[in-house]
Amino acid sequence: MTPDTISAQIIDYANRADPYPLYAELRKTPVRREDDGTYLVSTYYEVRSLANDPRLSNDTRNRPPGYARPGQPAEESGLPPGFIFTDPPVHDRLRDTINRPFGPPHSPRFLDALRGDLTKVVTELLDAFEGKDQVDIVEDFAYPLPVTAICKVLGVPREDEPRFHGWADALAAALDPRPGGDDAEQKGQQARQELGSYLADLIETKRRHPGPGILSALAPDMTPADLEATAVLLLVAGHETTVNAITNTTLTLLRHPDILERFQKEPDLAVPLIEEVLRYEPPVQFVTWTTALADIDVAGTTIPKGSPVWLMLAAANRDPKRFKDPDRFDPDRKDNEHLGFYTGIHYCFGAPLARIELHMAVPELFRRVKFSGPLEDPPPYRTNAVLRGPRHLPVAIEGLTS
Amino acid sequence: MSADTDVEVLRRQGRIVVVGASLAGLRAAETLREQGFTGSLTVIGDEPYEPYDRPPLSKQALLGRARPEDTALPRRRDIDAVWRLGVAAEGLDRDAKQVRLANGDTVAYDRLLITTGTRARPWIHPEEAGLDGVFVLRTRDDSARLCRKLTGGVSRVLVIGAGFTGSEVASACRELGLEVTVAERGPAPLVGALGGVVGAVADRLQRRHGVDLRCGISVTALEGDYVGRLRRAHLSDGSAIDVDVAVVSLGAVRNTEWLAGSGLAAGPRGIACDAGCRVFDVNGIVTDDIYAAGDVARSPHPLFDYQFLSLEHWGNAVEQAEIAAHNMICAGPDRRPHLWLPMFWSSQFGVNIKSVGVPPLGDQLVVAQGTLGEERFVAVYGYRGRVIAAASFDGAKWLGFYQQQIESGAPFPPEYRTVDRRTETLEPVDPAFPDPHLPTHGPTVTLTGHSPSERRIKFVPSHA
Repeated sequence: MTPDTISAQIIDYANRADPYPLYAELRKTPVRREDDGTYLVSTYYEVRSLANDPRLSNDTRNRPPGYARPGQPAEESGLPPGFIFTDPPVHDRLRDTINRPFGPPHSPRFLDALRGDLTKVVTELLDAFEGKDQVDIVEDFAYPLPVTAICKVLGVPREDEPRFHGWADALAAALDPRPGGDDAEQKGQQARQELGSYLADLIETKRRHPGPGILSALAPDMTPADLEATAVLLLVAGHETTVNAITNTTLTLLRHPDILERFQKEPDLAVPLIEEVLRYEPPVQFVTWTTALADIDVAGTTIPKGSPVWLMLAAANRDPKRFKDPDRFDPDRKDNEHLGFYTGIHYCFGAPLARIELHMAVPELFRRVKFSGPLEDPPPYRTNAVLRGPRHLPVAIEGLTS
Repeated sequence: MSADTDVEVLRRQGRIVVVGASLAGLRAAETLREQGFTGSLTVIGDEPYEPYDRPPLSKQALLGRARPEDTALPRRRDIDAVWRLGVAAEGLDRDAKQVRLANGDTVAYDRLLITTGTRARPWIHPEEAGLDGVFVLRTRDDSARLCRKLTGGVSRVLVIGAGFTGSEVASACRELGLEVTVAERGPAPLVGALGGVVGAVADRLQRRHGVDLRCGISVTALEGDYVGRLRRAHLSDGSAIDVDVAVVSLGAVRNTEWLAGSGLAAGPRGIACDAGCRVFDVNGIVTDDIYAAGDVARSPHPLFDYQFLSLEHWGNAVEQAEIAAHNMICAGPDRRPHLWLPMFWSSQFGVNIKSVGVPPLGDQLVVAQGTLGEERFVAVYGYRGRVIAAASFDGAKWLGFYQQQIESGAPFPPEYRTVDRRTETLEPVDPAFPDPHLPTHGPTVTLTGHSPSERRIKFVPSHA
């Protein structure tokens, strides 16, 4: 990938704070071929149709040699790909199995039962704001909540967080398709291996002494390797996405004081408001790991068999052909079928959990905290272009209600 | 006065009557108001209830997860209508532009929408149908009665007909832990709608869930005891089984009898209308003031050889009602065609079954994704070398793609590689639909074109 390609510009950190002009440029060519043969698809209907197209694979082993293969295990790790990087039938089998303890119809109350614990966490985190005149929304609020949630879901001891934090970071960074010369991928593989063996030990313990959380519930039904790969995937996915979603929501509201004021009077606005953030600033901006299994005709272009395809979710979410006045943040938007959680068989597995977390965190944050505004705008962003979000969000606060 | 002025007057102060107070009728009424109709609106329904949803009646309701009386359809908006519920329409006088009701009242209209739908085909012998323990399942009351019976200590249930409704009832019974026998005249369950190849999968599914499935067999008689309670069923193979409940699931009958003598092209296969939902009269002339939508309507579809399709599909009822309502209060050039792609789903034995297109039109079938053996697959139906339909077991998320293939007339068989394609070459097979002349439980799509071997219309010119 040469540096002047549009994908290189999107990955370029200089454009992290506001990639939307680039996405607008991209949409002028709904299906765009990069010099290296990668296809970028950026318009809503085309992205949605491809995400539901059985000729598109999430298993990057289907790419010809020479292309990046995110999600694939290094030769030595031996761990199978996480289910997001698999196709049916493997994908369906894994996802169906994992879904059993996670949600309806088999475990209808599992997620709901987390609310009590999460409310407590939210309260504790906000209580700690007392007496401060500035906080970092990421470190002090948006990060600790999802970590606690995913630990609860999996049954991972929360106090091990310092151990797996670094591995999770490195793994998330490996999803970032930075152009050559970076060792992120190798670091990611190493992290995957280390996190994998940490979780393997934990799973082994749970096999002998079952406890709460889905790892215990799944242990009898899955091979150790599959369960380990799943645990790695869920732990990482549970780490980096909701943090960004909470932070993006906070930043967006601080940038729209009129809407914030309304939200504080109308707590019911939370539902459409959070959906609108998922459209407007989706925590997963695009997916880079799909591959055409056949020649696919899209919007007058043929994507040849074997081509890597990037589906630009954040660009599609602002496609004026689909959303009226798409660059406007409008919680009153009626027709908001965004792609913030993707679509099709790989629709975000954690979406119900993410929504619960957002609905616990966001209204309470703005109910209790009186904000003066962000101390830096734009705030410093994470390097990651795929899992995009502020690294820190320092804000000035005036006080706290109980 | 120009036609357009007429439309304006109609929109402001016309009288619109909707006969049929179910899904299609309600959505049409809502659409009329949404599009600015301010005249008088009357909705007539033979049941005493406001419009309710039917899909849960054969699924969640039988399992006690929803009460039949709680399936009222959510309202999209206020429709400010006069409701004439609990009284059936009995006749139509087109000259006087009046609907005659069973209680003798008449209701005048400027525009009429017919959404009278279908009813369950009753058991062939009326006395046997009247036995205590013999049920059909179509209405809210049917569901409530059956529900009560099933939870009241039943030893064995007989389901007559293994179409979608019959199979869903059998599934619910097994989930309730009841013994079930299913008697199906055809070679497999769902055979009329999806063919024998897919039917064989449904067959396996039923047996694996403990259904006593008997195919190629019909019920010849239902026998009651001296106080009129169902006790035994006699089958065409000479055997008999002791049952105290029989659920007759032999498809649907279109509610068109009330239109006899009205001069409309209404008969057992529905009410013929054009793609804009305008009803034809018996001479094949389109009326301008009478429209039809939902299960009772049948209209030509260009994607399916202009066959007149009659669709018992939830989504079709909604879409067709919206189109009909729109066209009723529009000037000619603004009217829209109803070209909905047939789409249908069912849930039984833990499997989600869905189809798009018109499978019974298919002359060939390939399993494009998954395998029949795992009961998780997408079967694609071809008709003269193009994709005409697809059906999935636990693969509904893929059907949007196949819908596009149908709409774009994509070639059949599909040659491209897909995820979860298990065979390297796709060998088309005969989908094994039963001979259309043999009566089975109805498929959910009725192809109402004439069969070549049937000569139903005789042209007799009058002598001047």
